[in-house]
Amino acid sequence: MSDDVQQAIDKAVKSNDVVLFMKGTPTFPQCGFSSVVVQVLDYLGVDYAATNVLEDQAIREGIKEYSDWPTIPQLYVKGEFVGGCDIIKEMFESGELKEFMAEKGIEMEAA
Amino acid sequence: MRPELTNRSERIRARLTQLFAPSELNVRDDSAMHAGHAGARPEGETHYKVEIVSSAFDGKSRVEMQRAVNSALKDEFDSGLHALSITARAG
Repeated sequence: MSDDVQQAIDKAVKSNDVVLFMKGTPTFPQCGFSSVVVQVLDYLGVDYAATNVLEDQAIREGIKEYSDWPTIPQLYVKGEFVGGCDIIKEMFESGELKEFMAEKGIEMEAA
Repeated sequence: MRPELTNRSERIRARLTQLFAPSELNVRDDSAMHAGHAGARPEGETHYKVEIVSSAFDGKSRVEMQRAVNSALKDEFDSGLHALSITARAG
């Protein structure tokens, strides 16, 4: 894996407070697992940057290495890997995700 | 010699049992639900769901627990496993 790709991913991860690597776009997710995370973030009213890994094979493979995580979606908050679909869903359902976002100083529109 | 485990569900179950001695373990092949979807293969065995409870996870974060399971199944990812949904708990 080239360092250029890892650097590009690192830059993307740190480009925004909340960054989602997904398949498809928030408007048209192309995978059920990505779609779940989009729905959770939209429900919380979190502003996030989304990267569609289907548009870039190097990013698609590189992101797995970047966080030593073999699947997509992947959510990052303030540069920190938070989890994939299962973890985000669990954290959302238990209320932890909202607390986590608040602790990190992420603005949410939802009440 | 142990008979070859040709079925991915059986291999996942055997590997996780060997490494984590789980008190609960469910492995489900969801490939049929994803037929025709990107990553699915005609022969199936691409999408799985694992529920695992193990004392090996005591004190581990969600990310650490899932990493441990993913890492245990690296050979499966390398041989066509596309999606693995994991619910892991300590206990």
